[in-house]
Amino acid sequence: MDKFRKQFIAGIIVANPIFVLALGLCPTLAVSVTIDNGLVMSGAVVFVLVASCIVISTIRKFVPNMVRMPIFIVIIATFVTIIGLILEAYLPAAHASLGLFLPLIVVNCIILGRAEAFASKNPVVSSIADALGVGVGFTLALVTISFFRELLGTGGLSVLGVDLFTLPVLGEHPLALFILPPGAFLVIGLLMALFRWRGVIKE
Amino acid sequence: MEGGNKRVNEFIVIFLGMALINNIVLVKYLGLCPFFGVSKKLGPALSMGMATTFVMFIASVATWPINQYVLIPFNVKYMEIIIFILVIASLVQMIELFIKRTSATLYNALGIYLALITTNCAVFYLTLWNSLYDYSFLESIASALGAGIGFTLALVLMSGIRERLDIADCPKSMRGLPIAFITAMMLSLALLGFGGIL
Repeated sequence: MDKFRKQFIAGIIVANPIFVLALGLCPTLAVSVTIDNGLVMSGAVVFVLVASCIVISTIRKFVPNMVRMPIFIVIIATFVTIIGLILEAYLPAAHASLGLFLPLIVVNCIILGRAEAFASKNPVVSSIADALGVGVGFTLALVTISFFRELLGTGGLSVLGVDLFTLPVLGEHPLALFILPPGAFLVIGLLMALFRWRGVIKE
Repeated sequence: MEGGNKRVNEFIVIFLGMALINNIVLVKYLGLCPFFGVSKKLGPALSMGMATTFVMFIASVATWPINQYVLIPFNVKYMEIIIFILVIASLVQMIELFIKRTSATLYNALGIYLALITTNCAVFYLTLWNSLYDYSFLESIASALGAGIGFTLALVLMSGIRERLDIADCPKSMRGLPIAFITAMMLSLALLGFGGIL
């Protein structure tokens, strides 16, 4: 159990996929416009990550080394198709706003990276811990980035369709730059610099 | 004649749209791993850009008939994620083998980048984009070339700036990736200016 906890915590801060390893950046920048989008995307990524790590770790002894990559990709693509169909059925609005970025989870380097570096060499339980840790780290990073982008770009916050508050001045004159593409680069660059400056992450 | 002109116009509109207005890296945020990973020097950035353009072209040519004559008639569009990624992965593998056998110099220049392109989301996105908008064969070639040129443009611009950034004096915690992100923001802001010209 202690090992499970250690493996889980490592993925959240020390090896945070986005701020430290700079992996899986494409979906992070594209869907971090609102917190809701960020949450749905993280949920989908965590599902695909955990499910594929369980399967890959279970079959790791039967997979020939030469063809492991195509097999991993097919497993990941299968789970992405499943979550895509589930979202389309139960959360059609979220599915529409994520658009093509949902199928792009297939080529998200976080998932293939964890499958190759960890799940293909370790037993099921620690693979789940690793996948959950990295998944939570990804979720935290995505929610942090979308928090700042939504707050500054629209002047207010809303979570799960409920408006929480609107800022007095920003609400009327939001800084639209932050919901445009440049805002994503700016926010993630500044957050990375901030975490390095405060020593939260080390190079 | 008039029909021909219209077709040429559409070709140019899609090409410019993919290369500048919807630049695949700076506006659509795709292929960011090579964008930050391979943009430290000008030479490798150019090779990576050309290799990616080539793979995008071949991938579009290969997935178009699969989409039109297999996925749509048999009504199995939901399989496109699995089919397209397999097609791209096997194409890249074949191109790699082919180049290795035929041209040693080209292999040395592009070899390591080719393997990376399999998991380049820009290529995968492009094939999905072509199928989503139901592009004709010529239109998907236009969008592939536009996306490839746009990708190369972003990589070359970025590497030119980063070669200078290495000797610039910036705060310690900003060095490396953070300042690269801020630079990308400036480039992206500049490309936003193209919005609305078509």
